[in-house]
Amino acid sequence: MALDVFAPWDNPDAKPLIQFKNVTKRFGDFTAIDDLTVDIFESEFFALLGPSGCGKTTMMRMLAGFETPTEGTIRLAGEDIAPIPPNKRAVNMMFQSYALFPHLTIWDNIAFGLKRDRMPKGEIEARVDEMLRLTRMEQFAKRKPHQVSGGQRQRVALARSLAKAPKLLLLDEPLGALDKKLRQETQFELMDIQEKTGTTFVIVTHDQEEAMTVASRVAVMDHGKIVQVSTPDAIYETPNSTYVADFIGDVNLIQGKADPKGDKIYIAWAEGQPEIVGTPMSDFSHGQDVHFAIRPEKVSISADKPEGAANAIKGKVLDIAYLGNISTYHVELPGGQVIKAQTANNRRISRRSFTWEDDVWLSFTDTAGVLLER
Amino acid sequence: MKRFSWFNATSLTLGFAFLYLPMVILVIYSFNESKLVTVWAGFSTKWYGELFQNDAFLDAAWVTIKVAVMSSTLATVLGTMAAIVLVRAGRFRGRTLFSGMIYAPLVMPEVITGLSLLLLFIGIGMDRGVFTIVLAHTTFAMCYVSVVVSSRLVSFDQSLEEAALDLGCSPFQAFRLVTLPIIAPSVISGWLLAFTLSLDDLVIASFASGPSATTLPMKIWSSVRLGVSPEINALSTLMIGVVAAGVITASLVSKRAATRQQREERAAARLA
Repeated sequence: MALDVFAPWDNPDAKPLIQFKNVTKRFGDFTAIDDLTVDIFESEFFALLGPSGCGKTTMMRMLAGFETPTEGTIRLAGEDIAPIPPNKRAVNMMFQSYALFPHLTIWDNIAFGLKRDRMPKGEIEARVDEMLRLTRMEQFAKRKPHQVSGGQRQRVALARSLAKAPKLLLLDEPLGALDKKLRQETQFELMDIQEKTGTTFVIVTHDQEEAMTVASRVAVMDHGKIVQVSTPDAIYETPNSTYVADFIGDVNLIQGKADPKGDKIYIAWAEGQPEIVGTPMSDFSHGQDVHFAIRPEKVSISADKPEGAANAIKGKVLDIAYLGNISTYHVELPGGQVIKAQTANNRRISRRSFTWEDDVWLSFTDTAGVLLER
Repeated sequence: MKRFSWFNATSLTLGFAFLYLPMVILVIYSFNESKLVTVWAGFSTKWYGELFQNDAFLDAAWVTIKVAVMSSTLATVLGTMAAIVLVRAGRFRGRTLFSGMIYAPLVMPEVITGLSLLLLFIGIGMDRGVFTIVLAHTTFAMCYVSVVVSSRLVSFDQSLEEAALDLGCSPFQAFRLVTLPIIAPSVISGWLLAFTLSLDDLVIASFASGPSATTLPMKIWSSVRLGVSPEINALSTLMIGVVAAGVITASLVSKRAATRQQREERAAARLA
């Protein structure tokens, strides 16, 4: 049975819910968003990922209506939203600080937006109860926000922003204030709720693991521009630049000159070292600068030179990081470059095959790494 | 730390005596039988009785309360608005000048404030009476209110208001339903401050009032110039009582609210 894959971005007929078209936002001399164009589709869980100051929060605040673009247009369901004030938008936001009203009970916090819409009393009650059930907060309805724990406050904030059944829900670093374990649990809860309600979620985060876990697509941002938009696995396996490769997860970057031979490219990267063989995604000309990016888990480490490996480089163990489930070896190559190689500790043995200062061989296939132009 | 020390006991006694002895004497003599203020002739409450027969004092008290309620309410509205502008408007041209001008009347000598107001009222031909005192008191009390309210607004989380807008409030609704209830304690204490300032002001009221309106402090001051009467002592004792009751109630209420919040937060932390 073939699963119907959710990928409206690959369908040229799909109509996006949100369209950013050549949007620029400046604050005085500072350009927060720089000529940005992106489409976000209905029922997507879209993550804006980037370091602080990259413009991701500005994008979100423009969607919510707290900022207006300096240039360009933002459309929501085909309509230009620039002139619409925040209180008239079918968009709700979950704030980083949760922004729960401290003088109201949790019940009244959730009902706040519904009351503004002059919804009949019975309907408000039914809707609030539904939200409380969804976030498993029924027994806390009568409490004030300061009488519940941080994780519970986070759920109330989510319930409040979902209560009006917005077309689009914005989440500004929603899990930032939670500790790691609770954050991981809540990530799955968020995905669950997103699936149940079918609402389009746009999440802002600087935590790449969080973006990878929850999102259907991730946009990696830098200096007001989107560097790459793609599914989490594509972002991880085929980053389009060294910036993305480096920002998402761990990566080894080797710089060299390209030498195309057939459908492979040979990279001369250090004097006296064998060339690295890789499979390119795009064309490289002879002698062009090339960055070879390879994830540590795709590099094998062995004591003897492996037979038949496409690439094998000799080095010396410089450092070992034991993380329980995996170990990361930092191996110094003769040229001084350090390559990280990861192995899963799938056997419970106290004896390690290698130790500091051991000579080892690093090997990887000719499709393990990515060749990047920049 | 609990050891008794003569030095501490003496300095404590002297300090409190310095602060409260005059008032204690005043309170004691308000229960004096004799008409002569300085001669003790036995306990009596007859001056309190006479006080409530004295129409001049009762009228003055009524004027004072009217002025205090009106001016402190007006000052609270204006002062809160000024505070919001000062804290929210961010940087604009002349912000420093504007905020400086709001706070300047706090340190302006009362005589100068009073005199300039008097000149203004004469200049525009305004009849002086209750209304002019209200205006004068509003002028200086709103500065105090704006100081109190803006110190609260500085720590106010702006995203609360944004959340209200996001959930469908108009900007005015957001202020009424979210901001105002949260800053209410500081607005109330601003009002109380303005109320007490108006209640005991003598200098500015003397400048701003006309023959038709006399406030209690003005009445006390003018009667004392003809000699201190036990009636004045009784009146002052009542005023001390009212102010003390107000201050104690206010501090008890805020203290209880603070401890309750702390207890609830601890309970929530345990739950987590």
